[in-house]
Amino acid sequence: MTTTPTGAGSAGTSTALLDVRGLRKVYDGRGRGVEAVRDLTFTVGAGELVCIVGPSGAGKTTLLRCVAGLLGCTSGEVVLEGRRVTGPPPGMAVVFQEYGRSLFPWMTVRQNVERPLKEKRVPKADRRRLVREALDAVGLAEAGDAHPWQLSGGMQQRVAIARAVAYEPHILLMDEPFAAVDAQTRADLEDLVRALWKRLGVTVLFVTHDIDESVYLGQRVIVLSNSPTVVLEEVAVDLPDGRDQLTTRSAPRFAELRAHIYKLVQQAKEGHRPAGE
Amino acid sequence: MSVLPVLRRIVLLLAVPVLLVAAWWAATANSTDFFWPPLSDILGTFDDTWFHGRITSDVLPSLARLLAGYSLALLLGVGLGTAIGSARVLRALLEPSLEFFRAIPSPVLVPILMLFAGIGNGMKVLVIVSGCVWPVLLNTVEGVRALDEVLRDTARCYRMRPHSRFVHLVLRGASPQIAAGARQALSIGIILMVISEMFAASNGLGFTIIQFQRSFSVPQMWTGIILLGLIGIALSVVFQTVEARVLSWYTGLRRSQREG
Amino acid sequence: MTAAVTADPAGRDRDGRRRPAVPSWALGIAGLAGLMALAELVPRAGLVRERYLPPFSDMVSALADQAGTDAFWRALLETLRGWAIGLAIAMAAGVVLGIVIGGVPPLRAALTSTIEFLRPIPSVALIPLAVLLYGTQMRSTLLLVVYASFWQVLMQVLYGVQDVDPVARETARSYRFRPLTQVRTVIWPTALPYVMTGFRLGAAVALILEITGELVIGSPGLGRQIAVAQNSNAVPSMYALVIVVGLIGMLVNAAARAVERRALRWHPSVRREVVS
Repeated sequence: MTTTPTGAGSAGTSTALLDVRGLRKVYDGRGRGVEAVRDLTFTVGAGELVCIVGPSGAGKTTLLRCVAGLLGCTSGEVVLEGRRVTGPPPGMAVVFQEYGRSLFPWMTVRQNVERPLKEKRVPKADRRRLVREALDAVGLAEAGDAHPWQLSGGMQQRVAIARAVAYEPHILLMDEPFAAVDAQTRADLEDLVRALWKRLGVTVLFVTHDIDESVYLGQRVIVLSNSPTVVLEEVAVDLPDGRDQLTTRSAPRFAELRAHIYKLVQQAKEGHRPAGE
Repeated sequence: MSVLPVLRRIVLLLAVPVLLVAAWWAATANSTDFFWPPLSDILGTFDDTWFHGRITSDVLPSLARLLAGYSLALLLGVGLGTAIGSARVLRALLEPSLEFFRAIPSPVLVPILMLFAGIGNGMKVLVIVSGCVWPVLLNTVEGVRALDEVLRDTARCYRMRPHSRFVHLVLRGASPQIAAGARQALSIGIILMVISEMFAASNGLGFTIIQFQRSFSVPQMWTGIILLGLIGIALSVVFQTVEARVLSWYTGLRRSQREG
Repeated sequence: MTAAVTADPAGRDRDGRRRPAVPSWALGIAGLAGLMALAELVPRAGLVRERYLPPFSDMVSALADQAGTDAFWRALLETLRGWAIGLAIAMAAGVVLGIVIGGVPPLRAALTSTIEFLRPIPSVALIPLAVLLYGTQMRSTLLLVVYASFWQVLMQVLYGVQDVDPVARETARSYRFRPLTQVRTVIWPTALPYVMTGFRLGAAVALILEITGELVIGSPGLGRQIAVAQNSNAVPSMYALVIVVGLIGMLVNAAARAVERRALRWHPSVRREVVS
């Protein structure tokens, strides 16, 4: 594994909540296997916000599905809070890219947020409070009785985020959650994720193909190679914690980090792989 | 909803049927044709024919058999359909056989089922089940199979228990297709209710109507035809009311997709 | 968007689960074979009396006997003829009326809800009338076939005409296209997929009513042969004929689907079939 040129401050400082070790995923078809992910090792500390970025087709979604326990890995392991992940673990919530397809269209917004809590057998009074707080937090206090399809795309993704937040997960996985919303909404939602993360102290693993987004959001950015995937580099984002769309994005350091990651992704697209591969 | 649009709807709905009935009335007013008696005669015999005992002795038994057979078919079709729809190998194994059974026009099963179940109520209910189950079953399989992958993943991530996955994900998600199957099944069920009674029965709507036809009681036969029509319409209104309620989310979703 | 999707042609789904090693058509054939074996073994083992369910081999030999008789082939032809004529009449009437009703807005307003209202009148209600009017002639059954499949076609055509883009229609009107030209250039292309769906649904319903009519009324065809076999206690023949009818049903479904697909190859719309 390569270490980062910029990066002193990766995982070592905090206790690891998520530990991905030597993850490999081969899809086996008839006769031949296709290696999507070759060897991924990284950790995410408790309370961290880590972004994963890579060229399209880099196996980002495969990786996230392995971490979420939706997909078994061929070798290696995913350890969450000291336990090996074999199926979707408790204490984890996922926000998918396809907001329109991840909300139950036959439930109202409130029922969508409440359903996982019922599954967790949260008592009724707590459930009500959690749902209310979560909808408040994403600015949809008034929309509880609407059905998801009555809302705009951005609002639907807010509902999905509210559902994840109300679940009180220890780790929140987000799979390109804003890839399908317009730019203005996207900026708002990015700020929402930052705000929720800071307020709740939840660990966030955020997968994206948008380099700016990864730098703006993350404390650390893990850059993936093209498929079969390995970690190309981990970049620590040493920007101040209080970020906002205007000043952060125009800061010189933002531009440097962005340029650095951009170069890495370009290299990844051209098939550059870390030494020793 | 305010009163006026509802009124407008009712007028629009009834205007043409009323016109048709009026035309029928006028066309047959002085009819001496044996087969097409005046509508006034037909309606005049309606009360005598049906409301003095036949409602309880013929109409209700028919409807009870229909209800029993239809509900059994729904249970069976949805139950088996979800099982087959969730298991890929089972589906591949059974699909051609199911297509074959579906393709058999269900009335031809009457003679076969008569062998097994005689000519009693059991046979008639069985006939209705055997005809109604296929559209429900195959549509349920299709609906379960077409459940959204992302929704399934969501249910897994939030660790929904098997029971609530079945109720809140599978059944609800497949409900538009199940309803489409149930609608087809209902009209098949009415057909089979009548047909099974035409074969061998001692009571029932189909039996009575055929008796009228055989004894050339033409006005009475016409009242039977009208009654059957009214029952068909009434059942479909009930069905649509239930469907509109259960699937209101689906109509809304489709509308928003079309506009979006 | 990722490897999971791009790697799809290699034969696995999004979850990366392996597809069953046996292709599904082979499983389907295995299923059919299992069904036949069951139909052979259950009566042989005495689980069901052979009088009720003869072994499958008996059904096959009864079918072979049937296939050697003229009566069988004549009945088969009668059935197919009645089905085709009825379906053709229903298609013609359904398409013409559907376009007229759908294309004239005031007519549509007055009639669509009425049609929804009248459609559930069951076709079998007409059986006694048909028998009185035409006895056991083929026309009796034809009446039922036309009545039942007509609604299927008409409803689909009405949906289709409703689906015509209002802008396209306004354009055609503003260029003062004559009514027939409007139908040909604007309405028909949009409605065609619906017409084909109506054809498929109508074809299935027409067959059901054709056989039912023959069975109940006694007009010539396979349905009557079944009734005859039943009355003469020729149980294996009865089963054999039911199997034949089922096979015809499958063929009709498959053929109608093929026609539908062929006619729509060029059509961009990928329509879902929930509303059938």
